[in-house]
Parts: sequence; structure tokens; C-alpha cells
Amino acid sequence: MDPLTWTGSVGIVLNPIFFVVVGLFAVMLVIQFVLSFTAPPPSITVNPDGSAMSSGGTIDLVGRINSYLFLGLLGILATYMFSGIFTPYGTGGIIGEIGVRLLPVWIALIITFALSMAFKRKLGLYGKLFDSVVGMIGFAIVMFWVFVAIFVAFDLVITHDPLSQVSGMKNKVPGTPLRGAEDGEYAHYLLGGDNLARDVFSRVMQGSQIVLIIAPAATLFAFMVGIVLGLPAGFYGGMFDTVLSFIANLVLAFPVILLFFLLVTPEIRAAGIDFGFYMWRVPTILASILFIFPLIFLVLLWNSRYFTQPSKNMLFIGLTVVIGGYLYLALAWDADPFGLISIDQNVLIVFVAVVFVNSPTVFRIVRGLVLDIKTRDYVAAGQTRGEGAWYIMLWEILPNARGPLIVDFCLRIGYTTILLGTLGFFGLGLESESPDWGTTINAGRRLLGIYPHPAIAPALSLMTLVLGLNLLADGLREESLKD
Amino acid sequence: MGLFILRRVGVMLLTAFCLTFVVFFMTNLYPNLEKLAKTEGNFRMSDEAVTSYLTKNGYLEPLPVKYGQWLGVLPGFVHTDEDGKTSGQCYEQAQVVGGGTVDAERDVARFCGVLQGNWGFSTVFKESVNTILSKRLSLTGKLALAAFGVMIPLALLIGILAGMREGSRTDRSLSTFAITTSATPEYVSGVIFIAVLASGAGWKIFKGSATSAMDDATFANFTLPVMTIALYGVGYIARMTRASMAEVMTAQYIRTARLKGVSFGNIVMKHALRNALIAPFTVIMLQFPYLLTGVVITETLFNYKGFGWTLVQAASNNDIDLLLGCSVVAVFVVLVTQLISDIGYVFLNPRIRIS
Repeated sequence: MDPLTWTGSVGIVLNPIFFVVVGLFAVMLVIQFVLSFTAPPPSITVNPDGSAMSSGGTIDLVGRINSYLFLGLLGILATYMFSGIFTPYGTGGIIGEIGVRLLPVWIALIITFALSMAFKRKLGLYGKLFDSVVGMIGFAIVMFWVFVAIFVAFDLVITHDPLSQVSGMKNKVPGTPLRGAEDGEYAHYLLGGDNLARDVFSRVMQGSQIVLIIAPAATLFAFMVGIVLGLPAGFYGGMFDTVLSFIANLVLAFPVILLFFLLVTPEIRAAGIDFGFYMWRVPTILASILFIFPLIFLVLLWNSRYFTQPSKNMLFIGLTVVIGGYLYLALAWDADPFGLISIDQNVLIVFVAVVFVNSPTVFRIVRGLVLDIKTRDYVAAGQTRGEGAWYIMLWEILPNARGPLIVDFCLRIGYTTILLGTLGFFGLGLESESPDWGTTINAGRRLLGIYPHPAIAPALSLMTLVLGLNLLADGLREESLKD
Repeated sequence: MGLFILRRVGVMLLTAFCLTFVVFFMTNLYPNLEKLAKTEGNFRMSDEAVTSYLTKNGYLEPLPVKYGQWLGVLPGFVHTDEDGKTSGQCYEQAQVVGGGTVDAERDVARFCGVLQGNWGFSTVFKESVNTILSKRLSLTGKLALAAFGVMIPLALLIGILAGMREGSRTDRSLSTFAITTSATPEYVSGVIFIAVLASGAGWKIFKGSATSAMDDATFANFTLPVMTIALYGVGYIARMTRASMAEVMTAQYIRTARLKGVSFGNIVMKHALRNALIAPFTVIMLQFPYLLTGVVITETLFNYKGFGWTLVQAASNNDIDLLLGCSVVAVFVVLVTQLISDIGYVFLNPRIRIS
């Protein structure tokens, strides 16, 4: 097998065109930037029928040319990506073959977008997202990684086992063929090999799974903590609020990096309160406190609404306590009575640390929103009707605070992803062979000057995911402000 | 105003007290102490030997007492062994004071904690923590100053240009840039910078290591670390400035100025800017804690042996005194910048200041 070039056979024709378009685009961008300060504003002429017409002038022309160049650029990139699907293996180049491996992801993305666009008027805020270009781009990037993570679980996207080493592939550049690849084995390392001769492409794709499970889950838990504590703090005020706000400020004033170095160490996992018959270790202590909040939230949610219908109330609360309690025992205490679910203690402490760092900020946001919303008339009306305090908080104030909370949720997943990367970068928590992006960057940075590819691939992946989440949050903010 | 500042300072001191106590508690957990004893003694130490080492050095005192001694509000720890030889926390300092002699009677009641300027002794660098910190902090000061010097003007410029005509093409392209940089943490931008600008695979314009910049910062070895730190902050500050600027530009008094016929440049520079910069000031001040994380990552990546690098070394080598020293500095940097941001906001904003 020959080594793959980046762009394969289509590149022979397209590469010169590509570079010309990139060069032109760059020049035009500079011209546009300069023109935006110097060019006269567009002149407006009034037609005889009373309508006004703006003649865009040079700046508009340049802008339009730029849009076409940008579209052309996207078109060429798409050709690189998708040409491999129609040509035999080995001629599509690295980009083309990656496009082939990602085929299930592309199909899933197209289906998602087609369905969402078709029914967007019936889908509430989610549907409105498809009115904003920024939001759509962000959503596409995020869903790309979500689908990658899903399909990796079905063994679809990855080409090699992310942990297995292949002799002779150490630090090889992208597109290197395997020596003596057997039948049925993928013949190339698409993005090269790392310093332990593992496939960078497969590791990056597998890594998305770890990030996309931990980051949203940790953010969700942080939101549960922030909501359960922030609602009463804002609603009642008083001592409760003062004490909680002080604690929240305390955690916020703690430099994040220091907290990680103190909390995510092997020693802390050994420390704890010794009861003689049971060693209550620090990760378990923190997890048992933080993981109880979703349960409290759900029980309060059901009870405040259905306490007048005891049978329904008992059903919901019973289900919550049984299922939630089971998960709580399994995840926080590592004491699953059936031995089905357990969480690695390394992952647990990383998870807990990230939840702990995020909760106070969510608390402050929720508290601020409640302080604002509780002065509204509908809250006073609810109180006059004799509704319970928790009913007002959970079923009246919280739904009305959803806009800013959803936006912050997206941003916070991105921030959590960055935090996870930071932990991985310092080799804290997760095992050193774990394919998550932070750990991979950490492993790759030692040889960065000579073999940059093992670190670049996870770095760009992390960046695109966070960028997607930020854009998604921007689009959601824009759309939620419209109503 | 005076009362407000006084209250804020009070809260800040209380917070500092709580935070240093938490850090002290976490660094003095038994497994940490055990590891310390084993690295200082030997790794095959028996449990009794560990206990005796820890007792001798005062690590097994009750936590509040130990904290008081470390802080310097309780007399330093003194240990007398079977031979009647005394040793203790303050003795090293007492030797200096007493000209080489230690007088047990006189020195027993000495206070020598952080408040007296005795920050302890680093087990890794074999130096006093005071010396290490002052040296490393000045190095980091250089780096952070350069990063701020790049970050703030750039961020304000982008924010103002984007916010003065909300929704224009300039706004959209600058906002895209800002969002992209705020999605690029230091360990991503640093890796990309090194790979593209300082490796054999890309252009070799700069150096991928900043070790030589500690003594002699040049364009080649100092640019990449500074840019790495600056870039992540730029996006956030620029977006805040943009939002604040866009809000001011829709205000009534700007419309009035425009109707009076004031030129656009004058409106931006003389009317809008002063009000638009109040919010970014707070944000810039609150950027210091994030800068701290950035400094730690960047110094590790570029091997620049400043404060952040020292923090990593202290934490990974279980150097308790040094880690405590670093933590005190870090906590104070965060708290003081918060204080300045709070007071500055009130001071700058006439709507709050006058009332």
C-alpha cells in the first residue's frame, strides 16, 4: 500500500484552485476590513413611487464577492471530504478517507437537519434555532461530535483499536500504510501514529465519547445543585441566602487550577474519615453530597405539584426514589446491590471536581434570575391563590428562567470540556492511556517540536466542540431574546 | 464609600482566612503527610517510623493548632527528644536572630508563621519558600504584564470596533474571531502555535521553549507564551466590551448627539467610550484568576520556570510548604483583584457613586 497524500487524486486538479481561492479570499478580507472604515456610507435614493433604494457601493460589492469566495472555499473542502466516497480506497487522500469513515455521521447529520427543518415550526425553541445561521452552524458541529461518539460505540467510525500498538508505526506521519496489513484490517493510520504507535485518528474519535459523556453529565449535576440551592436562596433571602452566597463566593475565589491540584490527586483518594468498619473516602464524601441534589430536585418537583393527588404523587416519588436511589447508591457509594453499575474512582473524582467548580456559578445565576422574577405579578398572583413556595419556585419561576439557563447550559458544557482538557493536560485523574483529548494532548506535547500531529488532532477536536457549543449558545440567545 | 470599602475588605479577609484554612487542611491530610515522611526519610519506612517523624516535626498536632502555628498566631512548634535536644518551627529563624545560638527559653514562645514572614522551607528546591516565591513571581510578573499589554488593547479595540456598529459585517467577522478565541484554551492554542510556528513540520520562526526567556526575553522566545496567554482572554473581554458598547450606542443621549450633528467618530470617542468601558473594567479585573490558570498551563507547556511552573512542581512533588505558599499568593491575587473590581466599579459608575 502506498502512503496517502492529504487530498488524494482530486487534489491534483483542486489543490492549485484551492490555494488561489484562499489567497484571493484573504486579500479581499483585508480590503473589506479597510473599506469598512474608509468607504462612504451607501447612498439612498428615493424612487418616484416613494420606496427607497440603497446602492450598496464598493463595500457591498466587495462583501458579495467575499461571500461567493467563501462558498467556493466550502465547496472545495466538501469535495475533498466527500470525493473519497465515490472513488476506490486509497485514492481519496487522507481527508477523503476520513470522509468515508465518517459516512454514518454525515447521514445522521443530514437526516437530523432535514427532519428539524421540515418540522421547525412545531418544535418550540429548538425549531427556532434553525432560523439563525450561527445557531445552525453551532448545532451542526455539536451534533457531529455527538454522532461520532454514538457511532464509535457501535465500532463504526474508528479504524483501529485505540489502545493497541502496531509495530513500526511509532510517530509515523498521517497517511502512513501499515506494514503487512492483514485482510480486513484497515491499511493506513489516517492521522498517523503517536509515541506508543497507536492510531491517532481512532483515539481522537474514541476520546469524543469520554468528553461527551462526562461534560454534559457534570454540567447537568452542577445545574441540579445550583437550582436546588439557588431557588430558595433567591426566593426567601435572609440568613440562608447570606450563608450560601458566602460559601459560593468562597468556592469561586478558589483558583480552579489549585483546586484541581489539591482535589484530584492519588493521595486524596486514599484520605477520608475512618469509621473502623467503613472508610468514607473523600471522592465518596463529595459524590454522596453532590449526587443527592438531582433526587431532591425531582422529589420536590413531583411533591409540590401532585401533593393533592396522593396516588399519582406516591407513584412519581416512588419511582424517583427507587430508580434514583439505586443509581445514587451505585454511582456515589459504589455499592450497587446487583453489581451492575459502577464508576471508576478516577473518573468519579474528576467528575466531582468539575461539578464542584461549576455549581457556585450556576447558583449565582439562578439566584439572580429568581431575585428578578419573584417581583413579577404572576408570582404575587400565585401567592394570593395560596400556592406553595416550592410550587411557585419550581413550576412558575423556573420555567420562566429557562432562556438564560439553557444558554448558560450550552456555554457551561463548553467550559466543562475545557476544564476536563486542563485536568488531562496536567495528567490529573484519568489514566495516562485514556484516549480523552486532554490526556492525549499531554502525551503528545513532549515531542511537539518534532512530531506535532498526535497533539494537534485532539487539540483541534476540543476546539471545534467548544466553538460549536459557544455558537449554539449564541444562536439560542439570539432566538430566545426574540420572543 | 469608606464604609463600603471597609466592609469589602472585612469580607475579603474572612474569605482569605477560610480559603487558606481549606488549603491547609487539604495539604495536611494524613496520606500527604505519610508521603512526605517517606520522601524525606525512606520509602520502606515502617508506620511507627512515619509517626515518629511526623511527631518530631509537629505534623500530628491538632489541625487548628497546626494552622495557628503556620499562620503565626500561636507560638511555633517545639519538640524535645530523649536526649534533651530541642528542635522546632522557629529555630532556624531564631538562629538568625540570636546570631547562631538557640535559646530554648527565649525562643519557645516565638511566633513565626506566615504573618511574621516565615513561609517555611521547600523540600524539593531546598530553599526557603520566601526566596523561591519572590524569584518566581517576578518571572511570572514579566510574562503576565506582557500578556496583559497585548490582551487588553487588542480586546478593547476589537470590542469597540464590533460594538459601535452592531450587526455590520465588521461586527460579525470580529465577533466570530472573538468566539473562536474564547473557545481556544491555552493548551490548544499553545500546541497549535508551537506546531505551526516553532516545529520542524511547520515554519521555525519562534522557539517552542521559553526557558531562555527567563533571563533574556527576546522576540523569538517570548512571543509564543505571551500570545498563548493573551489569546484566550481576548475573546471574553472583547465580547463583554462589544455588548457594553452596543448597549451604550442605543442610548438616548447618543441619539441626541447624532441628531445634533456630531460626527460618528466624535460620538464613539467622546460620548460612548467612557460609559462603555465601565463594564469591561470589571471583567478585566476578574480575568486575573483565569490568567492564573493560563499562566500555569503556559509555563508548563513552554517550560518557563515562573510561579505557575513552581505551583505544578510543588503539587506534584508533595512539597507542602511551597504549595501552601503558592496557594496563599494565588488566593490573594484572586481576592485583591475582586476587591479592586468591586470598588472600581462603584467608583467609576456615577449612577452608583453619587447615590
